[in-house]
Amino acid sequence: MKFSIKPILAVLMMALFLVSCRNENSDIDETSNPSTSLKKIKDIDNNDHIVELYSVSGTTALGYNELSIRIKNKSNNQYEKNATITWTPMMHMTSMSHSCPKSLITKNGSDDTLYNGYIVFQMPQNASEFWNLKIDYTINGTDYTATSVIDVPVSDKKTVASFLGSDNKRYIVAYIDPKNPKVALNDMTAGVWMMQDMMTFPVANGYTLKIDPRMPGMGNHSSPNNVNLTQISAGNLYKGKLSLTMTGYWKINLQLADASGNIVGGNEVTDTQTSSSLFFEIDF
Amino acid sequence: MKKIGIILFSAFAVQNIVAQSEKDTLKTAEIQEVIVIGTTSIANKQEKPLSSIDEYLQKSSSINMIRRGAYAWEPVINNMQTERTLITIDGMRIFGACTDKMDPITSYVEVSNLSEAEIISGQQGSCHGSTIGGAVDLKRQKGNFAENKWDFNISSGFESVNQQKIFGAGARYQHQKFYLEADVMSRDAENYKAGNNMEVLYSQFRKINTSGNIGVKIAENHLLEGSVIYDKATDVGYPALPMDVSLAEAVITSLNYQMVPKSELFKNWDTKIYYNTITHRMDDTTRPSVPVHMDMPGWSKTYGYYSKLKGEIKNHQLLMNVNGFYNQSVAEMTMYPNNPEENLMFMYTWPDVRTSFQGIFLEDRIALNPNVFIKISGSLGFHSNKVASEFGLNSLKIFHPEMKDQKSRLLKNISANFEFNRNDFNYGFGTGFGDRAPSVSEGYGFYLFNSAERYDYIGNPELKNESSAEANAFAAFKKNNFYVKLSGSYFHISDYIIGEIIPDLVPMTIGGKGVKRYTGLKSASIINSALDTELRFLNDFKWKAQLTYSQGRDFQNEPLPYISPLTLLSSVSFEKNRFSTEASVMVNSRQKDFSEVYGETETPAFAVAQISAGYKLLFGKNKIHTKIGVENLLDTQYNTYSDWNKIPRPGRNFYLNIHYQF
Repeated sequence: MKFSIKPILAVLMMALFLVSCRNENSDIDETSNPSTSLKKIKDIDNNDHIVELYSVSGTTALGYNELSIRIKNKSNNQYEKNATITWTPMMHMTSMSHSCPKSLITKNGSDDTLYNGYIVFQMPQNASEFWNLKIDYTINGTDYTATSVIDVPVSDKKTVASFLGSDNKRYIVAYIDPKNPKVALNDMTAGVWMMQDMMTFPVANGYTLKIDPRMPGMGNHSSPNNVNLTQISAGNLYKGKLSLTMTGYWKINLQLADASGNIVGGNEVTDTQTSSSLFFEIDF
Repeated sequence: MKKIGIILFSAFAVQNIVAQSEKDTLKTAEIQEVIVIGTTSIANKQEKPLSSIDEYLQKSSSINMIRRGAYAWEPVINNMQTERTLITIDGMRIFGACTDKMDPITSYVEVSNLSEAEIISGQQGSCHGSTIGGAVDLKRQKGNFAENKWDFNISSGFESVNQQKIFGAGARYQHQKFYLEADVMSRDAENYKAGNNMEVLYSQFRKINTSGNIGVKIAENHLLEGSVIYDKATDVGYPALPMDVSLAEAVITSLNYQMVPKSELFKNWDTKIYYNTITHRMDDTTRPSVPVHMDMPGWSKTYGYYSKLKGEIKNHQLLMNVNGFYNQSVAEMTMYPNNPEENLMFMYTWPDVRTSFQGIFLEDRIALNPNVFIKISGSLGFHSNKVASEFGLNSLKIFHPEMKDQKSRLLKNISANFEFNRNDFNYGFGTGFGDRAPSVSEGYGFYLFNSAERYDYIGNPELKNESSAEANAFAAFKKNNFYVKLSGSYFHISDYIIGEIIPDLVPMTIGGKGVKRYTGLKSASIINSALDTELRFLNDFKWKAQLTYSQGRDFQNEPLPYISPLTLLSSVSFEKNRFSTEASVMVNSRQKDFSEVYGETETPAFAVAQISAGYKLLFGKNKIHTKIGVENLLDTQYNTYSDWNKIPRPGRNFYLNIHYQF
């Protein structure tokens, strides 16, 4: 994250460091946020613990969500440091239920009470259909579980797309970075997952996510020197360069190409076809 | 080689102005400040005294004008545009604030402010900074210390072709210890009509200009002078462009200290500090049915100084000029999306570029004997650009990922000229070498739309200095009533800065053909030649003709853009007592050497004629000069090679100029 994310990361790390230092010195901070840059989304209760769910915005949204979890023991108000956690987001539709792409949960900060991962909600809730998140964890050989409804409202900008590829596989692509786009050559990150079955959404490996950012509000012009998104190695998110020559509303037209270069999703933007069927939107 | 003083009409001191007449060109090596004030009435000589500065300048054989409309033409010296030339106002550096060159600095002054324009070809013009093509110094009128005296003047003009109404007034008070001067001039023009009564939409303009000047003799031989020019143009249409200008505003201030030492060695010490600021608002709100409304304001601020010292040792006339400036150029583009929910589309088209320059210029004129002169000059300058806006820097990094925010250059220049007088002949030759830094647009412009070529331009901060090696020569003959002069110059320009298409890039501008980036062409060459003749006959008649021919080629022998075709200006004038009249014709040959690569197409040949007559009334201290005339007598519909998008020039135009002095 050469341009925008580095300072944010640095602040985050410093903040985490400070908080962890303080935690070592006293136990007073138990109820405070794990870091100044994380806001609590909600508490999920069970008999033994309060599972605290965090994100940078304090909300969950359609598309890619970076989430953090802390587990507070109700008996001693201490945060658990040795939990093994898995999670299962579920969309409860009227006709069926399905899950969505998600990561494993790991501890990667200096705060060893904080567990991190991501979930990609590929569709919004509505009056009769909703998401819930089931968190299963094990502490010292004992299994626990906590479940709660998760708010995934409709979004006015498209940041995730689910589609049936021309190879008859189902894919999900989600926009991740830049979170704060600039008029610059931005480092771009997106994720590509495959829908193996209703519950299994592994990272799709070896593809290329081609980008063609356009400004429909101004003659649908594009921008120069974009770099299509690829993986550094299997299992990773996709990274490339997104060039934005001015502020405003941009439609990032997408094409997903498989390892042999066949386009499995989206289409090329031409004079007559002004938009790909597959796209992200940003407005800054 | 060539130094032509074009004398501008003076609203104050008509009787004080001097033409640097053809006679002076016979003694070029002696000149510089021999522009004597105080002989003839130039208002009689100019066909249209209240014409714009642009119309005055284009009389020079080395100046052409690129026209984007009726207002603010871009002067081209030796077939080289703004970037390759140096235009100063009394030695002050001023930089236009428009990314599309719609405000050359000549548009921020008026005929009422100026006394003359000094045009110097090529490297000899490097006194106030680096140049390739040459320099124009627009000289303000100089005040005088004299017996207590008030002078007033009022002038007015009308032009039929665009209903232009011109009003001017000036006042001057002279005293032995100080002087005060103030003047104001306004112009208000509607759309003009081209030949065949065709209205050219968006060619209107309105302008007001005022200036003031205070000089104080702080001691014997010590002068302190403060001056300010305020110029404001509103509602200026540019028919050749997709946008117009709602405001072009300049404040030009300076404080000047001059001293005439009582010394054998030092003759004059002239030091000035100055500040000028320009605001230029370009938008398309007056244009119907634009796809996206767009604002493109620009700002340019310049702080600077110079200190010139003149001296004499034996047969050497020496000049040293130490000068520097600091300029800030910012320009933005904001587009308003049709969907009000969306954010504004914004970019920096000039990313807050700070340019600083510090240079020294030295010149030695040597009179080897009364008939042989040598002039040697040289300069060294330190030039630096810095992109102060991080937003803008990141934008440019899209194209130049490795670019740094700062770039420094060393600019150098040297020239030598020789001149000989022999009987009725006067001839000379010279050579020079110099380089220049890229302009802000060439170095740092971001999606600047060129509406003639229809390409978006991207600056290139990694450009090398453009350098020029030049040679020039002239020969003149004068006998009795006949004068003829042949002159020519050759420029070999290396790393010639010009736009190169970046293939496959989609232009930002709706309707654009593509994107170009400035690049340094290996080389290009430009040849200019001029033949000037003058014949006086029957005592009161004078025939003048000026024939110019130019050629510009790049290293692959492709024509360069905006190179003038064969041009002839010829006039016959009659002047007796208080009456004068003139008939003139301008002829351009077909421009068949156009530059296809740079979007030019052929321009047909044309000829236009004009006539004028003037009368001078004198009663006591009062003087009235009247000039009437007709331009484009036959109402020809035509355009020159340098009219953007082939916007036709004005058709038949009747004008009346009156100047009353009391």
